This record gives sequence, C-alpha cells and structure tokens, in this order.
Amino acid sequence: MSAFKNTGHLLRFAGLFVIAFFIFLIVRHFVVPKSFGEYGHYRGNAIKEDAARPSYYAGHEACEGCHSDVADKKSHGKHAHVNCEACHGPQLAHASADDPSKHKPVLPDTTVLCKQCHAASAAKPKNFPQVGDDHMPGMACKDCHNPHSPAMDQAPAEKTASTSKAPQGGKK
Amino acid sequence: MNGVEGFMYPNEIGLQWSILIVLYPYITGLVAGAFILASLVRIFRVEAVRPTYRLALLTALSFLLVAPLPLQLHLGHPERSPEMYFTPHSTSAMAMFGYVYLWYLMAVLVFEIWLDYRAEIVHFSKTKKGLVGFIYKVMTLGSTNVSHKALELDEKIGWIVTLIGIPSAFILHGYVGFIFGSIKANPWWNSPLMPVVFIFSAMVSGISAVMLLYMATTKLRGLKIDIACVDTIAMYLFYTFIIDFAVESLDLIHRIYEADESFRSLNFMVHTKLYIPHIVIQIMLGTLTPLILLAITQLFKLPEFVRKRIYVIAGSLIMVGVFAMRWNVVIGGQLFSKSFLGYTTYKLALVTKEGLLAAIALCILPFIFLYALQHFLPPWPEKDNTGVPEATH
Repeated sequence: MSAFKNTGHLLRFAGLFVIAFFIFLIVRHFVVPKSFGEYGHYRGNAIKEDAARPSYYAGHEACEGCHSDVADKKSHGKHAHVNCEACHGPQLAHASADDPSKHKPVLPDTTVLCKQCHAASAAKPKNFPQVGDDHMPGMACKDCHNPHSPAMDQAPAEKTASTSKAPQGGKK
Repeated sequence: MNGVEGFMYPNEIGLQWSILIVLYPYITGLVAGAFILASLVRIFRVEAVRPTYRLALLTALSFLLVAPLPLQLHLGHPERSPEMYFTPHSTSAMAMFGYVYLWYLMAVLVFEIWLDYRAEIVHFSKTKKGLVGFIYKVMTLGSTNVSHKALELDEKIGWIVTLIGIPSAFILHGYVGFIFGSIKANPWWNSPLMPVVFIFSAMVSGISAVMLLYMATTKLRGLKIDIACVDTIAMYLFYTFIIDFAVESLDLIHRIYEADESFRSLNFMVHTKLYIPHIVIQIMLGTLTPLILLAITQLFKLPEFVRKRIYVIAGSLIMVGVFAMRWNVVIGGQLFSKSFLGYTTYKLALVTKEGLLAAIALCILPFIFLYALQHFLPPWPEKDNTGVPEATH
C-alpha cells in the first residue's frame, strides 16, 4: 500500500468528482420529467397536454363540406392552397355548432387583410403579386378581385385604372 | 418582433445580440489566453515568466467564473440553464459547450490551482483561525500530506493537467468561434477560419491581460517589476500577435479574393458604419500600433523604463483592439441582413438589463473575484511572504 501512501489527497479529489457525479444523477432523476425522451428529445406528456387544450380551428375539410361552391371556385384560383381559416380566422365554433348561423364569421376587411401578403416590399420575390399604396386608392380589394380566386378576367374600370398603377408581378 | 409582418429577416427590425454577447467571447478569450501563458511555465518550462504563473491561473479562474454570466443575463431565466446539463441535445453546440465549460473549470483550472497551492493550503489550515482557517481545512480535503514525494507527485499530475488544459483551452475558445463560423446564413461570420482567429486573438488578449495585471499589482504592492519576466511575456505576445495578425489578414484577403454575393454589402459596411470600430480601433489602434510598438522593443535595445511604458501602451491597445474585434464580429454581423438591402443600427442602452452599466459591472466582476482569490491564495512570486515552510518528509 506504500505506493498509494502519497496519493491520498488525489483520491480524495477524485472522490469529490464521483460524489458530485452521483449528486448530479440523483438531482437529474428528480428534475427530468418521466416522459422525457418517450418519443424524441422532448417531454412526451407535452403532446397529450397539447391535445387536451381546446381547439379553435376546424380545418378546411369542415368548411368545404357546406361551402362546396366556394371550395370549387377556390380550387381553380391562385389561392387554391390558402386555407380558409388563414383569412377567415378560427372557425371551429361555427363549424361544430348545431346552428352555424348563430356563430357567423365576421367578413374580413380586404383593404387590411390582403396587404398582409401582398403589400409591396423589395425583399419579396419579383414574380409575387404586390401592390403599393397607389394601387386603386380608396377601393377595397374585393371590389375588383374575388378573394377566393383573385385573378381578373378583365381590366378594372377605365376611370379608376387611369389613376393608379397595376400590381407588380403575377397576373394583372 | 411586435408589429412586424410579411417577409422580414429578424435583424432587419433590431439586433438580437447585444453588448453582452460581445463580452462573452471577450471574457472566455481572456480565460484561454491567461491559461496558455500559465502553460508556458508548466509545459514549456519558460522559467522567466514564472512570476506570473499563479496570477495567470487565478486570472483565468476569475474570468471563467464570470464567462457564463453575460449569457445568463441576455437569455434570462437562469434557473433553466441546468437543463442544458440534465437533458443535453447532441446537435446543440451550446449544450456541448456546457460540458466543455464544466470540464475546463473543475478538471483543469480548479484542480491545477488546488495542486499548485496545496502546500500553502495545508499550512494555512494549521495557522489560520476562525472561519478562514475552517475554509482552508475544507480545501485540504482532510489530507495534510505535503511530503516531498507527495508534492513531486502533485507536480507530475499538474503537468499532465496542464497538458490536457492546453487543448481544452483551445476547445473552450475555439467553440466560441465555431458558434459564429458555422452560421451559414451570415456571410460576415460564416468562415472556417473563425475558430482559429478567435483562438489566436484570445491568446493575445489573455497574455496582455496577465502582463498588465502583473505590472499593475507589482507596482501597487510597491515592488520592483521583474523586467526579464515582462520582456519574455512581451516576446511571446509579439510572436502570438504576428500569427494572429497573419490569420486575420488571411481571412480578410480570402473574403476580398472570393468576393461572393455578400462582398459589396459588407465592403460598404466596413467603409461606413463599421469604419471607426473596425478600421480605426481594431486594425489601426488595436493591431498595427501595438504590433509596431512590440516590434520596436524586439528590434532595438531600449532602456528598461521605456520598454515598460511601451508594454503598458501596447498591452492596453491590444485589450481595446481585441474587444473591438469581438464588437465588430457580434454587432457588425447583425447590422445587415441576408437580403443585403440596407443596414440597421445598434443603439447601446445605458441602464437596462443589456445596457452599458450591466456590461461595465460584468467587466469589473472578475477583478473582484481576483481580489478575493488572491487573499485566499496569494499568487505573488515572493514565496517568503507567505511564511510557508519547506515540505516535510
């Protein structure tokens, strides 16, 4: 044992590490949620907790069940892949109600709504339809465009078109 | 990000990383640099710089204790930080850094300091009374064996720890460069040279910091500065600085030669918004001037008092220059976005969580730690002052 005579202090320091490691394991055992790692690098119970939260969105299939005429028009237009609730907001209360007319959705104001995607910006791709403030001032977008299929078959009225610029990119 | 809609890059509306994130690589760099200076004594047997050995170790420890604080302050919720250790994700560089930090703190710095000071700790545990004596007793871990053989063993183990410590210091700081260098969305940062640039600038700033600290503390204690020691540090500082300068120049030349799609935007930024911090402070004041000053001390035989003054000026300029380098990397990299359309502005707040006062407090904190540490573990080379007797057999 004489070989270890002068290593006592080193073993004690190493012992500190071992103790610290075991304390770490014990603390870890208590603080890491039991469901952690169940499905991946997160708390498994988080999925159940999320699923238990109230839903607000119905999904486009629910809308299309009753509004097949709109769905049909939309499916042929540029907004075919834009979900109904992206513009109309969460509609589960409307879709699941016994009398949907009692939870009638508020019609979006297109002068505000459309700009969220189509306001002109230099950072947007050139072929993405964009409009500046000088495009048909004072008119709502839906006066000329059907939001469910916004492409226009004919140019807007001549008197208004002469005072404004057409949108950049896309079909005018 | 309130009020932001549509196509925007995050830093087009404001900077996400403040002065605290500038401090973070600066402080970890000082740790790595100070440790490299200490390794000159242990591993490379450069006896001339021995007077700074313990001071370098304590400096590294003081700064290492403060290193995570800027991040904690920036992120908020410090109570969540242990989760990085409890449930680390292997793809998270930050989580891996947590382990590197802990390894470097406990297995390298604290262990090496403990081994080096053991004789003093045992001595003080017997001579000091009250709470101080009790703390020393705890620090002995119950072993008072300071025989020659035990101390010889400590020396050998200390050598191995330092040897492991050098790559550890490189990993500790190389990681910080890695974090920036691996962000491919930011051409100002995205460079495989970034970790190397960070390591060498860290060595330069850490060596300067310990040199200045040694000169200042010796002066404050009314003792004579060991000029051979400072000359040797300055020589190593000069050589390391040349490598640092060469690597940074290589990075710059590579960017200019490559001239990718970001070049015009970055070049304009360097000549406008970053002109003062990058060209004037970092390159002219913080790099070329101290490099020329240190070269003069190496080329010409100057009187001792002139050399000392040059070392102080060069060391101070290097500290400012390396801070400017961190500033230009962190803040400069956020002034533009991947759209390369225009620049944003960083406004340094004063009395906020991430303001100037918080940054100044974080800069002062390591010195408070160092002041406290040097009371418990005197780093001064005049061993007679501590009254430690020769090792017992």
